[in-house]
Parts: sequence; C-alpha cells; structure tokens
Amino acid sequence: MNINRLIAMTKRVLLQLWHDPRTLALLFLSPALLMTILKYVYWTNPDLFQRVAGSMLGVFPMLVMFLITSVATLRERSSGTLERLMISPLGKAEFIAGYAIAFGLASLVQATAVSSYAIWVLGLKIAGLQITLIYAAILDALIGLAIGLAVSTFAKTEFQAIQFMPAILLPQLLLSGLLIPREAMPRILHDISNFLPLSYAIDATRKVIANQGSILNDSLIIFLFLALLLSAGSLTLKRQTK
Amino acid sequence: MSAAIRALNLNVQRGKSHILHDLTVEIPRGVIMGLLGPSGSGKTTLMRSIVGLQRIASGEIQVLDLPAASKPLRSKIGYSTQSASVYSDLTCIQNIRYFASLYSQNEKTPEQILEDVDLSRNAHQMAESLSGGERARLALATTLVGTPELLILDEPTVGLDPVLRVQLWELFKKLASQGKTLLVSSHVMDEADSCHQLILLRNGRVLAEGTPSELRTRSGKSRMDEVFISLIGGE
Repeated sequence: MNINRLIAMTKRVLLQLWHDPRTLALLFLSPALLMTILKYVYWTNPDLFQRVAGSMLGVFPMLVMFLITSVATLRERSSGTLERLMISPLGKAEFIAGYAIAFGLASLVQATAVSSYAIWVLGLKIAGLQITLIYAAILDALIGLAIGLAVSTFAKTEFQAIQFMPAILLPQLLLSGLLIPREAMPRILHDISNFLPLSYAIDATRKVIANQGSILNDSLIIFLFLALLLSAGSLTLKRQTK
Repeated sequence: MSAAIRALNLNVQRGKSHILHDLTVEIPRGVIMGLLGPSGSGKTTLMRSIVGLQRIASGEIQVLDLPAASKPLRSKIGYSTQSASVYSDLTCIQNIRYFASLYSQNEKTPEQILEDVDLSRNAHQMAESLSGGERARLALATTLVGTPELLILDEPTVGLDPVLRVQLWELFKKLASQGKTLLVSSHVMDEADSCHQLILLRNGRVLAEGTPSELRTRSGKSRMDEVFISLIGGE
C-alpha cells in the first residue's frame, strides 16, 4: 500500500463527489426528509419513533453507500477507466481503500448532519453518546460500501447493480431487527440473522440509542465482515480478462 | 537495439472463439507502427495482450525486454482504449494530475502534458463538455503520464473529422520524434501512410507487414484500401 497513491485515489473520488452537487444534496437532504416523515408518521406513538428512527440512522448511510459504490464501480468498468487503472501502478487494495476512505468521509458528514438534525430538531432522545452513534453509522456505511463493491462484479450494467438492492440488502433489512427485535423472530430466522452483517449494524445503533451495553463486540464482528467482503471485492477486481 | 514488442506464436482465445492464431510480430523501437485491419480482425485483442490486460492461451510476448503484464512495465506503457477512458466529471487538468499521481516518476508535469496535446486552454474545463477532438486528445494525454516508452493507441482517431485526424497524426509524429514507440490501430486505410511501418491483420492472422511503399510495390496498387483488398485476394 503506497500512501501517495492512496491519497490520490481518495482525493479523486472526493473531487468527483464535489463536482456533483445534486448527489451531495440528496445525500444529506433525503435522510433528513425521511426522518421528518417518520416523526409525523409515529406522531401518536413517540416510543416507536425512538426505536425506528434510531435504527434508520444506521440504515440510511448503508443504503446510500451501497448504491453509490456499486454504481461508481460499474461506471469505472464501463467507461474503461478501471482498465486504465489496472495497467497503472495503482494496487487493487489502494483502489478499494481509496473508495472506502472517500465514501467513509462522506458518510461521516452525513451521519453527523442527520443525527444532529434528528436529535436537535426532531427531539430524538439518545441515551448514549452522539459520537458513538456516528461511529456506528460509519460502520454501517462501510458495510453498504463493501457489499456494493462485491456485487458490482456480478453486475454487467448499472441497471443490474440496482436490482441487487432488493435481492441482497432488503432481506437483510427484514431480518435485522428493524421491524421486530431479532429475539422475537422464529428460531430459524434468528439463526440466519446471526450470519448477516446488517444485524450487527442495527444492533450497534440500537444499543447506543438505549445505552444498553458496549458495542465493542458488534463493531468487531462488523470489522470481520468488512475484511471478508472487501477482500472478496479485491479478488474480483481482475487485472486480466480471460 | 532490441525490439520494443516481440510476440511469438501468440494464441488468444476468448470464450469459445479463437481470436489470434499463431501470431508472430516484431515492432522496432522509435517507430510509428500502424496496426490495420477490418473490425473483428483482432487489433484490440492484440493490443490488450501487449499491455497485459488479456490473458493469452499460448505463445510469448516480450515488451521492452520484459514479459508482458510484468509489474515494471506499468510505468513504461501508455494505453488508450477505443472509448476515451477519462473521468468526465473531472476537469482536464484534474484528470491528468490524478493519473500522474499514480506513478512514482513522471517525465513531464501535468501542465506540460496538456501543452503537448494542445489542451492548455481547456485545462479547467470539465471533460464531459469537451468536443470529440478535445476528448480524444485528453485520452492521449492520459497515456503520457509516468515515463512511457511505448504508447498503445486503440483507434485514437475513430469518429473524428479529417482535420482533427491530421492534427492527431502530427502529434503522434512529434511523440515518435521524442523517441517513443507508438502502436496505433485504425481501420481507416488512408491513415496508413502516416506510419513508418504497417501490420495488416485479418481474422487474427498477419496478412502482410512492411513499410507502406513496400506493400504498394508488392500489391501493385496505389491506394491503401486497394492494397489491402489485393493482398486479401492474393492469400
């Protein structure tokens, strides 16, 4: 891993984001809008808003990062820039880490803005620390990024990549404890959910909101998933075609 | 001095189709080598094999005295694909700065490179708003980062009007005079005269090679497309 190339890679991805004000606006405004809608949907049941809104703070960055990573990587493939990079000295790990750092920073800003809005404007009560919540949200974003990167190799077009969201992300979302606590699900579903990264991401955000115990275990498990997914992603980036 | 590229009994298969058949070519240093042939003749596959993007089934390729796809070659080869592979949401100078920063050594500064391809005035223009000719020159500029000795240009003039094509060929000559080896593919036969030497490909085999005048003499035709057709007939 060469630090100069890593910085160059990160800078380039951030620059591309910066040149795209519409995406930037959607990145911050749409989660805020959704939070506001949630607040009024649960107007008569504020406890439920507490539960759902907290988890949503982790879900937004993940969904967004999944989408922008899979589309961005596919765009690199289809425009030929990925091949251009594969014949340059840039390493695959540098390519992936560059995207991870750039989008990780974007999700840092997003999580900070959206959680602040939820806390100060919408009156979301968190028992834990906001900074821990932001940390958990970034972990969630990185999971979205890693899954997006992994699926982008199985998709030939942006069209297909987007279809992976209902196919891969939504089942995880349903099993993650967002709808009902995982413990209350039938045994077999609970067991399956133990093998899905998203479950730990939602657990972590929920623990921070309620200040119930440490999220150290959850983040360790998430890092393990990240390592697996990112190395799977780097294996599928081929310098040579058959 | 040894050849810039030497391919020996090269066979390439993609899926079930056999693209290159026992191909043997040698490209000397410092020349503009034209790679001509109809579409589907294997030009792109040969170029991708040389830059190391295409896995080969059998045979051998030596590029600048190193086996193709070996790591030290990465800073010595510039390659541009048929579609201009640049980031359309970055400016010209940002594109070149980014590519240049991936190399530990750069022969020229990004500003000099843009000067070379006559894009200095467009330095701060977004790549997506460039015209076809400007975009082609930006794609060429991305091959000049690092310390390239060999430039592999896949149909760099495709879709451009005759004036822009002449300008690009002037640029290629300038680069060759700076000591670089260029392998340029085209299916426009009248571009052949701007090359020092030619390889005519057909169905993954070398149909003929030599200087433009040698090929003319051999076929007895004057126009390059007639030369090609007559050489096919003489197979």
